Amino acid sequence: MVDGLDTLLGDATATIDGNEAAARIAHVLSEIVVLYPITPASPMGELVDEWSGEGRPNLWGGVPDVVEMQSEAGAAGALHGAAMKGALATTFTASQGLLLMLPNMYKMAGELTPAVIHVAARAVATHALSIFGDHSDVMAARSTGWPMLAASSVQEAHDFALVAHAATLRSRLPFLHFFDGFRTSHEIDKINLLSTVDVRALVREQDILAHRARALSPDHPTLRGSAQNPDVFFQGREAANRFYAAVPRVVQEVMDELSARTGRAYHLADYEGAADADRVIVLMGSGVGAVQETVDELNRRGERVGLLKLRLFRPFPADDVVSLLPDTVRRVAVLDRTKEPGAVGDPLYLDVVSALYGAGRRDVDVVAGRYGLGSKEFTPSMVKSVFDELAAASPRRQLTVGIADDVTGSSVSPDVSFRAATRAVSAVFFGLGSDGTVGANKATIKLIGELTDLYAQGYFVYDSRKSGSVTVSHLRFGPDPIRSTYLVDRADFVACHQFNLLRTEDVLSVARQGATFLLNTPYPADEVWDRLPAAVQRQILDKRLDVWVINAGKVARAAGMGNRINTVMQPCFFALSNVIPREQALEALKESIVHRYAKRGPVVVQRNLDAVSRALDELVHLDVPLDARVAPDGAVRPIDRAPELTRDLVLGRGNELPVSQLPVDGVFATGTAQWEKRAIGTELPIWDPSLCIDCGKCAIVCPHAAVRMKAFDPSALDGAPEGFKSKDCMGRDLPGMKLTVQVSPDDCTGCGLCVEICPAHSKEAVKHKSLNLEDALEHRDEERPNWEFFSAIPEFDRTAARLDTVKGSQLLQPLFEFSGACAGCGETPYLKLLSQLFGDRMVVANATGCSSIYGGNLPTTPWARNSDGRGPAWANSLFEDNAEFGLGLRLAYERQVGDAQRLLDELRDVVGDDLATSILEADQSTEAGIGDQRRRVARLKAALHDIEAADHDQTAARLLSLADELVSKSFWIVGGDGWAYDIGFGGLDHVLGSGRDVNVLVLDTEVYSNTGGQASKSTPRAAVAKFASSGKSTAKKDLGAFARSYGNVYVAQIALGANEMQTVRALREAAAWPGPSLVIAYSTCIAHGIEMSTSMSHQKDAVSAGYWPLYRYHPSPEPGAHPFQLDSKAPSKPLDDFVAAETRFAILQRSDPERAARLLALAQSDVDERWRYYQGLAEVARVLPHDKEPTPVATNAEEESE
Amino acid sequence: MIDLRCHYLGLMLRSPIVASASPLTARLATLQALDDAGVGAVVLPSLFEEEVESDAMALSGRLDALTDSSAEAADYLPAADRSFAGPMSHVRLVGAAKSALDIPVIASLNGATDGGWVRYATMLADAGADAIELNLYAVQANAMKASAEVEAEYLHLVEHVRWAVGVPLSVKLSPYLSSTANFVRQLRDAGVDGVVLFNRFVQPDIDVETFDVVSGVELSHHAEMRLPLRWIGLLRPAFPDLSLALTSGARSGVDVVKAVLAGADVVMVASELLRRGLLRAREIEAELKAWMAAHEYSAVAQMRGSVASNAARDPRHYERTQYIHNLLVHGGVVAR
Repeated sequence: MVDGLDTLLGDATATIDGNEAAARIAHVLSEIVVLYPITPASPMGELVDEWSGEGRPNLWGGVPDVVEMQSEAGAAGALHGAAMKGALATTFTASQGLLLMLPNMYKMAGELTPAVIHVAARAVATHALSIFGDHSDVMAARSTGWPMLAASSVQEAHDFALVAHAATLRSRLPFLHFFDGFRTSHEIDKINLLSTVDVRALVREQDILAHRARALSPDHPTLRGSAQNPDVFFQGREAANRFYAAVPRVVQEVMDELSARTGRAYHLADYEGAADADRVIVLMGSGVGAVQETVDELNRRGERVGLLKLRLFRPFPADDVVSLLPDTVRRVAVLDRTKEPGAVGDPLYLDVVSALYGAGRRDVDVVAGRYGLGSKEFTPSMVKSVFDELAAASPRRQLTVGIADDVTGSSVSPDVSFRAATRAVSAVFFGLGSDGTVGANKATIKLIGELTDLYAQGYFVYDSRKSGSVTVSHLRFGPDPIRSTYLVDRADFVACHQFNLLRTEDVLSVARQGATFLLNTPYPADEVWDRLPAAVQRQILDKRLDVWVINAGKVARAAGMGNRINTVMQPCFFALSNVIPREQALEALKESIVHRYAKRGPVVVQRNLDAVSRALDELVHLDVPLDARVAPDGAVRPIDRAPELTRDLVLGRGNELPVSQLPVDGVFATGTAQWEKRAIGTELPIWDPSLCIDCGKCAIVCPHAAVRMKAFDPSALDGAPEGFKSKDCMGRDLPGMKLTVQVSPDDCTGCGLCVEICPAHSKEAVKHKSLNLEDALEHRDEERPNWEFFSAIPEFDRTAARLDTVKGSQLLQPLFEFSGACAGCGETPYLKLLSQLFGDRMVVANATGCSSIYGGNLPTTPWARNSDGRGPAWANSLFEDNAEFGLGLRLAYERQVGDAQRLLDELRDVVGDDLATSILEADQSTEAGIGDQRRRVARLKAALHDIEAADHDQTAARLLSLADELVSKSFWIVGGDGWAYDIGFGGLDHVLGSGRDVNVLVLDTEVYSNTGGQASKSTPRAAVAKFASSGKSTAKKDLGAFARSYGNVYVAQIALGANEMQTVRALREAAAWPGPSLVIAYSTCIAHGIEMSTSMSHQKDAVSAGYWPLYRYHPSPEPGAHPFQLDSKAPSKPLDDFVAAETRFAILQRSDPERAARLLALAQSDVDERWRYYQGLAEVARVLPHDKEPTPVATNAEEESE
Repeated sequence: MIDLRCHYLGLMLRSPIVASASPLTARLATLQALDDAGVGAVVLPSLFEEEVESDAMALSGRLDALTDSSAEAADYLPAADRSFAGPMSHVRLVGAAKSALDIPVIASLNGATDGGWVRYATMLADAGADAIELNLYAVQANAMKASAEVEAEYLHLVEHVRWAVGVPLSVKLSPYLSSTANFVRQLRDAGVDGVVLFNRFVQPDIDVETFDVVSGVELSHHAEMRLPLRWIGLLRPAFPDLSLALTSGARSGVDVVKAVLAGADVVMVASELLRRGLLRAREIEAELKAWMAAHEYSAVAQMRGSVASNAARDPRHYERTQYIHNLLVHGGVVAR
């Protein structure tokens, strides 16, 4: 027994999620773990990395080597190599990640190389990306030759992880072990842990030695990966058949050994239900839980139904499936959690049909069903409807369940009255991401799971915004194992941790009759009733709820906890729910707090304990008055004016939308974020025009486009609301005009960046600025009409704006507004600025990541349109391919422009020589030039319409379809550092090397922000990140250097908070440069561990410390040109001063000061050395070789000359 | 052979030259160099309770910020379970210094609450500190609070710490007490082993470009030594058994001589070492030895207090304000 191993495994129970359940086994059974983050599999890699970081050994005493790769394709390559060299190698992935591994998977299976991939199964992106669970990824891997094991619960994810690791060594075939993303990977359950003795018994030493003996070695050299000719390839492919034939036996053998040790019996497939069942559902994965509950309930009610759960999907255990079906079965529904368009049926269905056919069971009628795509709920009432359909005279041959398919009529309707009996107590909690509700609930589940004999389950639902995100926690506790793999919809206890959510969420719809309702409210108990929305009052009365209230914010503040109300609400749950006797629960809670926060120091522990003690004193029962009156319903909200689809999505009715309401191709309207008024800011910036100097800094830094500046003619003020503020424009450029800075009170997150950057302060009291954060409750109602009025003032004429100034850029309408990005996000101001500068003629290719999520995650998008209906056209392809995708868009545009020009030339006589010439020779380098061209093209189109109408002229029709392309477009390839530095680097490099006129904007947060802060090659030395938890030991890659090496690429490094002017200039120069451009933008991020309200001053500090030098590399054909221009001054303060304020550095300084000091000294050298080198570069003359003036777009002549 | 040994807080020091709290005593490498340079003891930088606690809460808050708020990321930093309680770095430094150095290691503490003083003093003592220096001062801007109340609170804190830890205690005093000698007596009665005279405070400044109130540390000036020199000369006869340390302004061997003659047990040096490098400690020692040799002193112990207020030829200078006299003399100089 290796010391420390039983901290991972043991013979006890643990309350953990599916990812941890699998990762615990993977860690003790691996020598090499290669990784790449992807939701929902990332936590497995993070845990394994953390354990190895702590020096925890594997089963054989070595610490697994955990290596992050640049992509899943890279991880698969490394996995292949490690396994071939005889190591025990593992990786974790999902979705697109698994697809990137496919080529190596074929190889590894073909070479009989043992390894394990644990997959948290997730939808593959099609019409849209989905981070949620289904089997489309693993189904895409079913032809690779990897045996596939399907776990259907957290317990099985733990057990089958071991089965996979043991069976791969025994069978020589690499194993894919999968369980459902989120529903299993993120569901917390109380499970029985395997012990090290179990693990050692199943993973046999002789199999490991045999694996090692087969390894690639120069001491017994071999050749692998040969190229084969038609003579032998086929035979070679068949040569491995016996290994596949052996897999079912091997897996069953391992399962039997597991069963003998643990009592948990598994088979390749298992049948549950009536021995004389006439109807059976076949499926695999987490849906098994819901079906099992339904089968039990229906059989209790006298029906004869059953469930066949498949464990081994490949090789398909056809004999087992057939033999397990009772002879009495007449109809079977095979439920697939994937969709293979165009196939006769989805994969599992086809396999079952083949198996039955092959066995001669023609008497069984098999129906194909599909459920649960992208984590769609799958409940007993849906399962019941499938059984009901099977009982129908002639059931549908292809059915869907869980949705309403009103287009092809495939769906069966759930029997909403049906419920499975349960002895579990259930609770639902509504909170915000920022208030710690989920963390507290995770702690609660663990506490109950560990303290009592009860089974416990927790599942958490998040919305898609990063600021003000709503979380809903679904908890169950009970004396029986919990198999309810779906959300709680009839809760015994409902808690609402944020009063405002009562207005936006239907909190009480999940409450059962007589349930307990705990409400955090900022109001005194005697005012609460009258403050409740009418719908809530009605439900309290109708359902006779037992209501308790507490002012948790007040308690948290009194305990010195800020806005973290988790430790205030948690004891209230224990006090009211009686899951555990109150006193025992509170003692245990306090112990768990000590345990949870001990490492953060005594003060953190003490304040949390104080919060617990104070909480119960403030918890009050709300005596609902007998004559309670229900308030009238509220007025019309902005969302009521939104397009129907947007409205339904925002209001949480998406689940009810039938198929016909969804776009057939995933195409959605832009400009929808404006309808979603979330009002999450607790403070708002309020403008004092008497101090304003019209600088525009507040507007340029606003991450949410919620602070705006407009200049307008004084006449526009007619009819202004009483409180509407304006001032005379300063300076001579806008004579006689008025200017207003206005906040959108329901879109502002209160992040405070505008106030921080505002340079104008009162002479009498310097803390009073032209913008000041004030209590939102006092100002929101007043600012609403002001914002409405402001919005209606005509936008500033962009052809008259001075785009080369900060102020000028901010007079333009942002066409990126109100994103759900984190409050204070460092990325979004750049995108908003881009949208102001180029938005009405801009095409965006957006790599997957934060920017694709706040940019394109339903229900709404911040990408907007102007009053002409023009705005950025946005698309996300994938993570790894964004540069290539953007290039493709550009190539098509160039072709279209070329064609349009050629056709126009052909039609010169018809449309008029002057018009044709002026369009073909137009100077579109300025906004005025573009405006003129738009007018000309409008005339052209009118003319073409006439011609086409008159003559049915094909050429005119063709030109008409392309005419808009004659107005210059701006192509932007946008993504984060994970894309640009790592997974997409090869493509980015190629696109920059293409010479084409594309603009690349890298929103560099120096970490994989979206998936939770994993290190990228942009992560700086000495910073702590996931997969670099002891501080990154290598320096950040100089991405700009790669691009500059081409000589013809415009490269800039910018930081808005440090120099707004340089940012504006660099973006405009990049757009204007007729070749490739790369702009690397410093983007402060929550993952840096900074106070986001100081985001902009951090950027300033980064520049003044030399950490982020500003420069522009502007290639030039001029003799003696110096293309590299440094835009920042020599470092004026030590790096230590800069890093002191960032938790990513501070963590290491606290936990390992010696290493921190060493790495920081090196990081300082990085800064010094880079500055020295850049200074040298600024001196270097470099001429761009050329033989003619660069042209804005490739012309036909050029194409044809090739 | 000149004997530099002295007693301070019940500890035997090889030299009266002590490195007081500064960036030089914040790192193990420089602490070792100070030991090599011959200093008698080192005082580690002060653990500021308020700073430690707000720091701990802020760090905890930032680690919790946005945890569990997104389906894609449970958190953003791999730090959830790391040990880095705020005071731990101080405590660790004490432990590391103690095991690496031959000379006594004195920890320093500036508390804010009753509980904090005791908690952190205990932690520092448990980590192996040979003595603890209580940095006893807060800016008292409350117009409703009398000086007696302030002193009573200070004493209360000292008593608590004294009760909680067994290691020697010194108190670093503010120069702004109304009755310094009386307060020192009360401290002694409360069980304090020595006092350090005096604390220098970081004072605010205003940046006239940014309009920010800023604070910065300035190194001490030589003239600042006069104030503690007076009080040591005055206190020594009244408290023969109390350890007295002079801090602020001492920069040469001759300064050490002056301090010891006035009655100091040790002289604390920081600014001079920051200005001229920590090897300067070696030179100061050499200057001290040279003076002693020239003046035929063989041991520091002989010098201690030989020009204190009870031993000086004209002790009036210790007590009189001298304001008029100095004004006349210096006025005359200027006039000439």
